[in-house]
Amino acid sequence: MANGAAGSQPKMVVEGATKFYATQSGSVHALDNVSLEVRESEFLCILGPSGCGKTTLLWSMAGLHDLTSGRIRLGKDVITKPHPEIAVIFQDANLLPWRNLLKNIALPFELKRRRPDTQRIDHLLERVNLKGFEHKFPRELSGGMQQRASIVRSLAVDPSVLLMDEPFGALDAFTRDEMNILIQEIWMETGKTIAFVTHSIAEAIFLADRVIVMSARPGRISAVYDVDIPRPRSVEIQTKPDFIARILDIKSSIDRGRVRAPGLEVA
Amino acid sequence: MDKALGDKIPEFNRQVVADEPGIAQLSSFGLGGSRTHLETAIIALVAVVIIGGAEVLLRVLNVPQYIMPKPSQILIALYTEWPFIWPHLLITLYELFVGFAIGGAIGFVMAAVITQFPFVEKIVTPYILLLVTTPMLALVPLLILRFGFGSEPRIIAVALASGPMVMINSATGFRRVDLAKIALARSFGANTFQIFTKIRIPMAMPMIIVGLMVGSIFGLLTTIGAEMVGGAEGLGNRLTYYSALIRMPQFFAIILILAIIGISIYVFFYWFGKRWAGWEA
Repeated sequence: MANGAAGSQPKMVVEGATKFYATQSGSVHALDNVSLEVRESEFLCILGPSGCGKTTLLWSMAGLHDLTSGRIRLGKDVITKPHPEIAVIFQDANLLPWRNLLKNIALPFELKRRRPDTQRIDHLLERVNLKGFEHKFPRELSGGMQQRASIVRSLAVDPSVLLMDEPFGALDAFTRDEMNILIQEIWMETGKTIAFVTHSIAEAIFLADRVIVMSARPGRISAVYDVDIPRPRSVEIQTKPDFIARILDIKSSIDRGRVRAPGLEVA
Repeated sequence: MDKALGDKIPEFNRQVVADEPGIAQLSSFGLGGSRTHLETAIIALVAVVIIGGAEVLLRVLNVPQYIMPKPSQILIALYTEWPFIWPHLLITLYELFVGFAIGGAIGFVMAAVITQFPFVEKIVTPYILLLVTTPMLALVPLLILRFGFGSEPRIIAVALASGPMVMINSATGFRRVDLAKIALARSFGANTFQIFTKIRIPMAMPMIIVGLMVGSIFGLLTTIGAEMVGGAEGLGNRLTYYSALIRMPQFFAIILILAIIGISIYVFFYWFGKRWAGWEA
């Protein structure tokens, strides 16, 4: 069982990741020489404003994207395509609307031509309180339930790394708190290595061992914060002076970065 | 790396890229939603009033049979003439089914392939539009010259009429790309073929079904038209035959059969859409 102190072995390494997108209006510099390590069993949050390239970074780590230069490693493997040890949890749950919950969860097994591990799936469904909803379609479930189903879908194939791309961004604040508690518990129970992209400072501090702050245009790492708040963390800690001080600290560093950033656009 | 994802900025708008008519629009010329027993009863009552009213009116006004036969005469003609009609019915259904199967299959495969290559798609689409908008019936006399008076020219005409319809609608479906769903499948190690069968086809299914429905109705039109143009078999041929002999009850009996075929096709695809694309409605 993992606890708050993450191992210091690097699990994933990003080295000088640079990415340009070719668009109709010219090339967009999405990532500029981003280097970072995700340690074994660490909960790492990547925090930044919209358009700072954090999703691009995560997609590259998932092997869904090429980099223009730089490379990404998982252990000894260089990531050039999706890796079986890595699972991605997407924005908006991303369930397939034409499949019921159970069929959605079976999708990764189908794609890998394996028999679904029903015992594990059952256990996970029970863990996230989705027992009895197996035959519902996504549209019949609330946003929180959909995202819990997508977490089950990713955990069912037992990856060692979870890449989460603003998974709770579309949820209301209460559901979001619930989901944050749930994902913290799951992380503590399973010891997965998690990289979690978010634009909420509070969410990042609440969840992370380390917060990596990115700035936009081009996307680069502007600061790294260690979060040594003991676990398990309850929702209430978000109102403590220490927690708020941490938020303000990160916020002021982001604001400073914005003033300095050249070519700032009013969007 | 996935070619479709390769150099696109990830975005997660819930809407798919092309907002084309889907199964939701299908229901706009659909069966009109579910009905209560009362509504069903009223629909039946309206039918009784129209048919009964026509019967009474035609009797009272003493309209001659060759102008407008009474509903009762049509039903009697359908019953007594049935042994002579059903072989023609089978021929029409055979031509429709074979022509539609050929045209539909080719149209579907072409849509699936062509949408993978935007350049090819841009080049081919105007010609497909040409095929859609030109009545294929016009080719039937030519086809008869080449293939004779058998079923072949009609089957070819049906395939030519329904295929492009299926293709153009399926292509619209296949163009509805949701990058997030493709990325999802990729992230679990899906290959291109799996992405096609597990993501692209289900996503395109509502539009594919619309294409099949419209294509088969076009096919029916073309079958009947082609049979009226030449040859000595099929329900279309019976229409010209009975009208030439001024046997109007029999003529209307054929029209009744055609209406039933059309409605059956429609109801079949409506059911099919509910079963396989109901998630979008």
